[in-house]
Amino acid sequence: MTTTQHDASRVEAYPEHFEPPHGPTWRLVFGPGLVRGVWMAGLFFLLGMLLVAGLRWWWGWDPVWLWDVIWPIAGMVTAPIGFLGGIGAFDYWLYYISGRPTVLEDHSGHGARSWKDYFRVNTDHKVIGIQYLVTTFTFFAIGGLMAMFFRAELAQPGLQFLDSQSFNGLVSAHATLMIFLFIIPAFAGIANFVVPLMLGAPDMAFPRLNALSYWLLPIAGVMFLASFLAPGGSFATGWTGYAPLAEGQPLGQTFFNMGVQWAGASSVMTALNFLVTIITMRAPGMTFWRMPLLVWANFTTSLLVVIATPFIAGSQFFVMFDRIMHTSFFIPEGGGYVLGYQHIFWFYSHPAVYIMMLPGFGIVSEVISSMSRKPIFGYRLMALSLVGILFLGFSVWAHHMFVAGMADWLRVPMMITTLLIAIPTGIKVFSWIATLWRGRIRLTTPMLFALGFVTMFVIGGLSGIYLGSVPIDIAASDTYFIVAHIHYVLFGGSVFTIFAGIYFWFPKMTGRMYDERLGKVHFWLTFVSFNATFFPMHYVGLRGMPRRVFDYDEAFGDLNFVITIASFVLGASFVVFVYNMVQSWVRGPVADANPWRAHSLEWQVSSPPPIFNFDEIPQVVGGPYEYGVPGARHAVMRSGEPREVHV
Amino acid sequence: MRKGTVQLVAIAVVIGVLVTLVAVLFQWLPTSASEEFDRIQDIYWFATIISIGIFSLVAAVVVYSVWKWRVPVDDDADGPPIHGHTGLEIVWTAVPAILVIAIGIASAVVLSENGQAGERPLEVEAVGQQFTWKFVYSDYDDVTSGELVLPVGREARFTMRSVDVIHSFWVPNFGQKQDAVPGIETTILVTPKRTGEFAVICAELCGLGHATMRAKARVVTQSEFDAWVKEQAA
Repeated sequence: MTTTQHDASRVEAYPEHFEPPHGPTWRLVFGPGLVRGVWMAGLFFLLGMLLVAGLRWWWGWDPVWLWDVIWPIAGMVTAPIGFLGGIGAFDYWLYYISGRPTVLEDHSGHGARSWKDYFRVNTDHKVIGIQYLVTTFTFFAIGGLMAMFFRAELAQPGLQFLDSQSFNGLVSAHATLMIFLFIIPAFAGIANFVVPLMLGAPDMAFPRLNALSYWLLPIAGVMFLASFLAPGGSFATGWTGYAPLAEGQPLGQTFFNMGVQWAGASSVMTALNFLVTIITMRAPGMTFWRMPLLVWANFTTSLLVVIATPFIAGSQFFVMFDRIMHTSFFIPEGGGYVLGYQHIFWFYSHPAVYIMMLPGFGIVSEVISSMSRKPIFGYRLMALSLVGILFLGFSVWAHHMFVAGMADWLRVPMMITTLLIAIPTGIKVFSWIATLWRGRIRLTTPMLFALGFVTMFVIGGLSGIYLGSVPIDIAASDTYFIVAHIHYVLFGGSVFTIFAGIYFWFPKMTGRMYDERLGKVHFWLTFVSFNATFFPMHYVGLRGMPRRVFDYDEAFGDLNFVITIASFVLGASFVVFVYNMVQSWVRGPVADANPWRAHSLEWQVSSPPPIFNFDEIPQVVGGPYEYGVPGARHAVMRSGEPREVHV
Repeated sequence: MRKGTVQLVAIAVVIGVLVTLVAVLFQWLPTSASEEFDRIQDIYWFATIISIGIFSLVAAVVVYSVWKWRVPVDDDADGPPIHGHTGLEIVWTAVPAILVIAIGIASAVVLSENGQAGERPLEVEAVGQQFTWKFVYSDYDDVTSGELVLPVGREARFTMRSVDVIHSFWVPNFGQKQDAVPGIETTILVTPKRTGEFAVICAELCGLGHATMRAKARVVTQSEFDAWVKEQAA
């Protein structure tokens, strides 16, 4: 491969960069990596702590050691920066700023040669994609275990083995981890791996920024989890963290306020990277109208992320300032406006629902088209409906506030825009089933998850129409009906598409094939237990069970017991998935370059792809879904024109 | 193709009947105890009919397609290269648009009806505080009670306040819900139409005791109500 020679010539030209003048122990402690990350995090924590205490001592403020301030500054700002510096996320930039030798085309941090490379700062989008996925599935497991804990508590009315603080804490952390550490970044992981390949690009536009955005993620995750160790327990105000309840909470709430900043920064950086990559790094001939729908989906999602995420960052900063700096953004006694929090929060958090859904739409379009062996039905309208959702998505946030006491006149316009979103969403659903029509349908595991998604998402979308209608929402808001709805959208919707995507691109990512039989067992277990868990929640919610309660009316006891049992089965089904993934990654049969005979570019290179993706420049000559069209090609390789790498 | 259409319709009908049975055999909504909830239930059923139709259609096409056109995984052939159909695309843009706008108009009408206070409603101030409710009857010398007592058939206008964090006043059988927000006043109307005992539930997470923030609502006849007020005032 070209890269090896490439590296060798670089080593010769810049020996001081490739052969550090120190021994292995020195490099372990002082070279970029997790060891340096840990001790630099500790060092920077001390610096932050001394900064706060020193300033307080200087001004004569009492007490000098105010931990409510030291934790957010030292523990949640300086220590993470120290960690990032330690693992080497800033090395290149710091070398550049300080005038030390840097090599623009140094790809020593690119690609993975052993499993250890996955624990380093790596600039290869394929490595980063897998880092994202393994990390996010770890948090998926933790968040799922939390759900099983509080489901066990909910098996009977009354308090069994949790107390109300830990119950509220588990409920809040479950939602927070699933949203910020699983669904949003899992899609970023899949897209990280697939999008540059689909575009015919050698990598993302900003590989070092890409690496940094990944490493912000575990920081956010650890912060959310560490809140359980805080005095007074973890944040316990729901993932929505409404003010003014959040204002008076113990220290744990600050972990939420700051964790969201790190997860949000990660999202924004990745989204910017996707936007620039998609706009500037398309292969010759790859016009916007020839891009696979997954690319369209990530383009629109990235616009949502970049525009909306600063709002949740602001909302959490304001709450934290109220908590520790005595501002009063949301404290009525100080002139604050309580509903302002909800407006700002939902201005992000409603578009966030589409951030968690549009990439899944993209995945399902790829899977259904290639497994039905038919062009995606109505390609242009499919792309335009994503854009329609993007615009409408910003005009519906107040439908979360129909009972909140906001200005009355806002309710009907927000209801109308909310209901209108059903139109582009409906276009997508009808186009998927029209793609199935007269296809040659291969019922593989990714296809099962895609079809499961279509049917479950329709249920979630229809319950969304109930909730869009203001009068019904007034009755159903804040009940288990909402819990049911959100899980049909985010589990039956997003999570099913993530599974579909993982199975679909597993051969491309690992070079091996997953076990089809286990995949089907996983699907059916998940599908049945998912419905058994969440469908009855519509009923208990409408009948009068509010959400976020550890105790409830005895009339709901039996049904809650059934829900709890079903949720344990749902948890167990994940074990089948993990076993299949690990087993197949290690020992699965070697996969072909293109096991699904799909047309898009990622399937035209080896599995796993070469280190810079394309050894020859692809020339795109047609659409990505031309199944059944005689002689149609999406791209041809310009053979004899080896690609020059300028990453 | 004709035979196929019949089969598809048959599948859709079977699914539609099953889903309809699920919708009508279980009592999904609590018994309505207010005129407002009656109107909400009308919208609920309107949305349910539309939902059953759409779900049956989508599920039937998925089931039919998989049953009809499934091939072995190692099959090599492609399907027909159908890229789209402008007529169909217009239909499935226009029909959902008409349906959701119909739901929107019906909802707006109900919302407006449920929000119009008649003449001289019974004024009740509902005060939320971690983790109790307090009801103040300003028409009756600020009689104050931890139990909500309402006369049947008379419209009550709740003015809501909170002394600490956000709470939400909810009586499932009334179908009405409204947050009590510190710093502002919010209102909601309830016209009880049947006597009985119901639960007042806090629906907005308000702290550690949120799950226990409940009160009793009693709808009584006007004469019982008058007697109760007299007793409280004494």
